[in-house]
Amino acid sequence: MPVTAALSGPAPVTAGEITVSGVSKSYGALPFRKEIVRDCTFTVARGKLTVMIGPSGCGKSTLIRLLAGFERPDEGTIKLDGVDISGPSRDRQVVFQETALFPWMTTYDNILYGPRARRQVTPRTLELAEVLLDKVGLREFRGKYPQQLSGGMQRRAELARALINDPTVMVLDEPFRGLDALTKELMWDYCARLFEESGRTHLFVTTDIDEALFLADSILVMANTPTALRAELIVDLPRPRKLADIGADDRANEIKRQALAILHEEAMRSFTPAGRAGPELAAARATAEVNR
Amino acid sequence: MGARTISPRALARGLVSVAVALLLWELGSRSKQWLGAGVFAPVRALLGALGFKETYLPCIGAVPPPSAVVHAWAGVIGDLGYWQSWGRSFLRVMGGFTVAMVVGVPFGLLLAVNRTAFGIAFPVFEVLRPIPPLAWVPASIIFWPTQELSISFVTFLGAFYTIVINVVGGARAIDGRFFQAARSMGSSRWDIFRRVILPGTLPSIVVGAVVGMGITWEVVVAAEMISGGGSQIGGTSGGGLGFFIWNSYVGGSYEQIVVGMVSIGIAGFISSELVRVLGRQITPWLRSR
Repeated sequence: MPVTAALSGPAPVTAGEITVSGVSKSYGALPFRKEIVRDCTFTVARGKLTVMIGPSGCGKSTLIRLLAGFERPDEGTIKLDGVDISGPSRDRQVVFQETALFPWMTTYDNILYGPRARRQVTPRTLELAEVLLDKVGLREFRGKYPQQLSGGMQRRAELARALINDPTVMVLDEPFRGLDALTKELMWDYCARLFEESGRTHLFVTTDIDEALFLADSILVMANTPTALRAELIVDLPRPRKLADIGADDRANEIKRQALAILHEEAMRSFTPAGRAGPELAAARATAEVNR
Repeated sequence: MGARTISPRALARGLVSVAVALLLWELGSRSKQWLGAGVFAPVRALLGALGFKETYLPCIGAVPPPSAVVHAWAGVIGDLGYWQSWGRSFLRVMGGFTVAMVVGVPFGLLLAVNRTAFGIAFPVFEVLRPIPPLAWVPASIIFWPTQELSISFVTFLGAFYTIVINVVGGARAIDGRFFQAARSMGSSRWDIFRRVILPGTLPSIVVGAVVGMGITWEVVVAAEMISGGGSQIGGTSGGGLGFFIWNSYVGGSYEQIVVGMVSIGIAGFISSELVRVLGRQITPWLRSR
């Protein structure tokens, strides 16, 4: 198999379906126990880019920790291709909200962390590392420490560090939060291209509806805490996409309106008692957003 | 730990600072000579009212001036005994400090990574920690066979607690995401220890070492004074800088007391700077911010 196949081969995707069924998770001891996830069920389709969107603090990151295997659900099951997730694994690589690059390692050492940890450094891995360095445009920065890189570069280094492990599923937990608007749009483009080239299953978490529309094959709209799936919206826009086109597309705007209506309703639940004025206000603001 | 080169302006500021301090000291010490002038009558009256002697400034007026100290220094600088004092204190400091590092760093790491070890050792550690190293001097003289060991032991204690506390704190402050990332990529427990915990704790180890080194100098001097500094080894020549000061005090050579004090200041500065330089070498990622 040529080295680049792991990245660019639009090989038929045969694995990478995540099924979450009836998952609940609470934290803290009684009587202060707080339920974060309640009876949550959804599927992340294989070979698709699924975006999970929900109000901030709703419990998306908790779900990600469960998917990654860092924690176990209190109830329910999470399966990858029919096999129970029992712990962290190279199958599922997570790119976190803030950089988790090791500050004491250079870009190159960070990228090679996984293969070295598993004692699988072969000539092929080293070649792959070079390919990845080029792909993320960090060849000249291979000897730099993370703190010497810009925010966008750090994100790309982190993508490379995950990709070298050739995971079945890439999980990105609000990876572009905190980047400036321009860098963010470049990273969306970048991320979409990586996905389109590999055809790997992606789960992308965000609070940003434009990010979701640009990237997603399917959007999972989550309820506010305790979280669960509120709605699934299919984004059947052709790829590769252009940001400008999406802004002008009627279908895209319709999906955006629907998603925003649900999101505002969910967000209101944290502000208004019993959600009294919630839905109307949410609808009004959703319309305003679309017309802007 | 920022820039490594010293800018001319920073150097100038440093020199001015030292020069002004020396000048004020010289003037203060010589207050006997100028305080008698008519202009200073109100100052004398104020000193008298406050219960001080009216002939010189309190405290500083009783200290030998820098010029006299330099003179005294010139007297001892060719003296082998003076340099032996330096050598002896240095050996004690380095001995105590090295043992504190060799024992303290692994002990701290163990406490940080192992809950059982922490539960068992930490309460005792925390009870012993507030006991000042100097309070250990009498006990240490009793239970160590030689005076040299007693002093080194007290020196060791001075650095040990600081190093351990820094290592435990540093290891625990490592961001949980690093462990999660490492586990996702297939790290074993040993691999996580070696490639995440150890480098993640290094900056705190360096901080602990720098602070610990300072405490070591504070402690060794006092221990030398209290214990007699191993004076049986050979008077001034064997007692270390602490005993050098004590001996000068007993002998009534006040200039030499200050020579000893300044010597300790210089020795402590050199030691801490050595540790800092070494620390920068092993934490290159902090240099490159």
